[in-house]
Amino acid sequence: MSYLVARIVAWFRRSELDQDLDQELQAHLSLLIEENVRRGLSPDQARREALLRMGNVASLREAHRETRGLPLVDTLVQDLRYTFRILKRDTGFALFAILIVALGIGASTIVFSVLNTLLLRPLPFKDADRLVWIANKKCVPEQTTQVAYILDARRANNSFTELAAYFAYYNIGDRKLTGDGDPERLTAVPVTQNFFHVLGVEPQTGRFFNEDESRIDSPATVVLTDSLWRRRFASNPDIIGKTLQLNGKAVRVVGVTPASFDFTSVFAPGSRIDLFSPFPLTPETDSWGNTSAVIGRLKPGVTLESAQAEFDILGTRLSAEHRSNGNEFQPVLSSLKTYVTGRLRLALIVLACAVGLVMLIVCANLSNLLLARNAARQKEIAIRVALGAGRRRLIRQMLTESIVLSGAGAVGGVLLAVIGTRILTRLDAIRIPLLANVQIDLSVLTFTLAMAFVTGLTFGLIPALQVPAIRVNETLKDSNRGASGSKKNSWLRSALVVTEFAFACLLLVGTGLLIRSFLRVLDVDLGFQPERLATIRIDPSSNYSTQAKRNAYFDEALQLVQNTAGVEACGLTDVLPLEGDRSWGVAGVGQVYERENYPEAFVRIVSNGYFKTMGIPLRAGRDFTEHDTATSEKVIIINDTLARRLWPGQDAVGQMVTQDGGRRVVGVVGGVRHVTVEQESGSEMYLPMRQTTDFSAVELVVRTSLPDTSVATTIREALQPLDSNLGAKEFRSIQQLVDKATSPRRFVVMMLAGFSGFALILAALGIYAVISYSVQQRTQEIGIRMALGASARRLQAHIILQTLVLAGIGLIIGLGGSLIMTRSLAALLFGVNSYDPASFIGTVIVLIAVASIAGYFPARRASHIDPINALRSN
Amino acid sequence: MAETKSEILQGTLDLMVLQTLAVMGPMHGYGIARRIEQLSENALAVNQGTIYLCLIRLVQKKWIKAVWGTSENNRKAKFYSITKTGQKQLKIEAEGWERVSGVIGRLLQLTPGGKTS
Repeated sequence: MSYLVARIVAWFRRSELDQDLDQELQAHLSLLIEENVRRGLSPDQARREALLRMGNVASLREAHRETRGLPLVDTLVQDLRYTFRILKRDTGFALFAILIVALGIGASTIVFSVLNTLLLRPLPFKDADRLVWIANKKCVPEQTTQVAYILDARRANNSFTELAAYFAYYNIGDRKLTGDGDPERLTAVPVTQNFFHVLGVEPQTGRFFNEDESRIDSPATVVLTDSLWRRRFASNPDIIGKTLQLNGKAVRVVGVTPASFDFTSVFAPGSRIDLFSPFPLTPETDSWGNTSAVIGRLKPGVTLESAQAEFDILGTRLSAEHRSNGNEFQPVLSSLKTYVTGRLRLALIVLACAVGLVMLIVCANLSNLLLARNAARQKEIAIRVALGAGRRRLIRQMLTESIVLSGAGAVGGVLLAVIGTRILTRLDAIRIPLLANVQIDLSVLTFTLAMAFVTGLTFGLIPALQVPAIRVNETLKDSNRGASGSKKNSWLRSALVVTEFAFACLLLVGTGLLIRSFLRVLDVDLGFQPERLATIRIDPSSNYSTQAKRNAYFDEALQLVQNTAGVEACGLTDVLPLEGDRSWGVAGVGQVYERENYPEAFVRIVSNGYFKTMGIPLRAGRDFTEHDTATSEKVIIINDTLARRLWPGQDAVGQMVTQDGGRRVVGVVGGVRHVTVEQESGSEMYLPMRQTTDFSAVELVVRTSLPDTSVATTIREALQPLDSNLGAKEFRSIQQLVDKATSPRRFVVMMLAGFSGFALILAALGIYAVISYSVQQRTQEIGIRMALGASARRLQAHIILQTLVLAGIGLIIGLGGSLIMTRSLAALLFGVNSYDPASFIGTVIVLIAVASIAGYFPARRASHIDPINALRSN
Repeated sequence: MAETKSEILQGTLDLMVLQTLAVMGPMHGYGIARRIEQLSENALAVNQGTIYLCLIRLVQKKWIKAVWGTSENNRKAKFYSITKTGQKQLKIEAEGWERVSGVIGRLLQLTPGGKTS
């Protein structure tokens, strides 16, 4: 150890130590000479003999430095100095290489940072790998569980230290905050008392709910999220213990969650929540049905499999015990992480592979450029060899150059990645979990560093290994540009271009498939027309205490909006498409079903005009009217899927369903995609808003010809007489909802399209460089051909053909690879299969076109060669 | 190069330098080189400069230390002397050397009959 330190110290004191050695050697020499003189030699002879005995002083000095210092560092410093000189001489090349490495490494780093956050790093909770998501497969698609099952499972299970839950049917903007400042709609998530404890989250200030606050009749309390606390209350710690006015009621603030705890980024990506309220586990909440999303923390030593085995038995037993209440419990356990990010796994892996391909293309491209440079540097290298540079030293020099280039590129890449990830974390409209947590941390930087090194090594290796093949004599003697050695070189370069095209082809086919899928998704008939639809919540305030008063409020609101200029239609609904679901059992009067087979339908509570506004087609019967009230006959409108399910082959209109003691079907409408854009609509039913109280929100939907900018103000003014507190910011467009639903897909497609575009440019540059170079090399040959009467057109055709042959070989390899690779994309595709001819043919056309253009310029240049000059040039 | 002159093993030279300094006390590089040449009856004659590679290595290993002094002919020269660790190292190396040379010696005494002569 101390020996190493001594050598490091010696390395830094090298000039001083060199002097020391010189002095010592001087003394040594003089002593030797004196001795020789004593032995009787003449002074001259004495001196010569002494010098001989001493040995070569220059190489001794060199050896001394190596022995005492750090010879590897010395060489490195030398190589680096030389590298910077070389690159300074060739700034254009250096900048280009650094730029494309920066783009490649930037893209890789961004993808890795996303991958790191979503797949590699644990969720941002304490011992997150012990957290389990407990889905109820008997409740589709929400997977929620009834309170009684949670209570029973808590008591009966041996696998979990704790089970917690949150109420999954909270509505965005449920709580209207009034009092100081502008009124604002806030979103609250009801959570069980132990919810934060299970996740291992500690309050930032104050505390979380206690048992007393988690009863059904306890005074209302809330916990603020960090973002609300900052935004609305300027991070004032005095807020603890104060009361807020929420929905007109006094609610006491007990605590604030830490900034590191982001509920939505884990459980509800792409949305915003502001508050937590206690969710009591009591008979009252039990009577609400399947309402809770359940999580648990495994006991130490318990595996997910054994917990699942226990819950299989538990589920069956408890379901039998609770037969009377209608809902069943079939628990399916998965790690919370799998639940949160599992669906994105494949997409992320695809992105990682894509970016890997991009990096390979970058490397092939740079290899190619370096090979071209080597050809131009043959003389310089030959001189170095002649001066005694060894094979290994030359290779090391070449690799130093490429690693310096990729290192500089990596610095740029990290900058790009910092910008890129910062943009990503701000994209709150994308429904991808944990995106806000993406950051450039130590592991990402380590990755980038490794990437820079590997990249430099990869693209530098082939050119570096080519270097020692240069034949010194021929090169130095040869006065022209040296055709020697370039045959093998040009073969290598062609192979690299072929590789680039093959990889680009693979990327393009994959991107093509996903773009086509995305277009298909955008093309899906949602069952409604999302364009020019605006929406805002207009829940009646608590002043409208009776159903009659509320119905009058609805009448007036619809009237006011309908009479506004620019409004084509308007209606009310409790839940918007793609925003949330609940389903109820439903059967035709007199029909009997097996328990497992009992029909269920998604429920919407809507007003008259809703179908027309949304553009949901009425297939039979009539829409609701303002006369479908509490006092008139109870009616229902169902979608065609439910109609077929309940009364196959019959006319559904006029039939009765068992809902609310009997409702008459007055209309049949088309289905609406409300879970995801990709998923078919199931059975749906609509209840008139004036005949039920079972809704927790009122959304006004307006179809308008007004420009986006004035919708909010116009509708706000129209509703002024009813509610003066509507916030302009609360207006949303239905198109936004649809966009958000397709946002993960868009995200992946955009990234892939970017990568492919980059790959395409690189492939084009690569083939252009190779063809240009070959034209340049063959100037004489072309001159002769022209002198012998070859026409310019034939020459052009010949060169373009040469380009196309290279591209063609790459394409064939790439298409072959694509046929194998795209099968693994199947789960990401929508409406196209993995052999989609359009994607394949499109790729071929694009790549051939790019190759033709890249080949055209050198071809044109070749055809302009003046034969006389070409022949003279040598 | 004359093949009869054995290449000096690095470890051997270390041992010789340490032993020389242990016996003779502080010496400069020239003195050490001369001393070794004399003892080996010029069988180990090499470039005298190489002694400095050995010396710097031993200094860095803290087995010997160097101080500037004045040589017999009034020139500035470095005088080397053995340190405490050097003494210990010398003992280890000497034992190792004796063991090896003992083995080699016995090996060379083997005759075709299999008995030591």
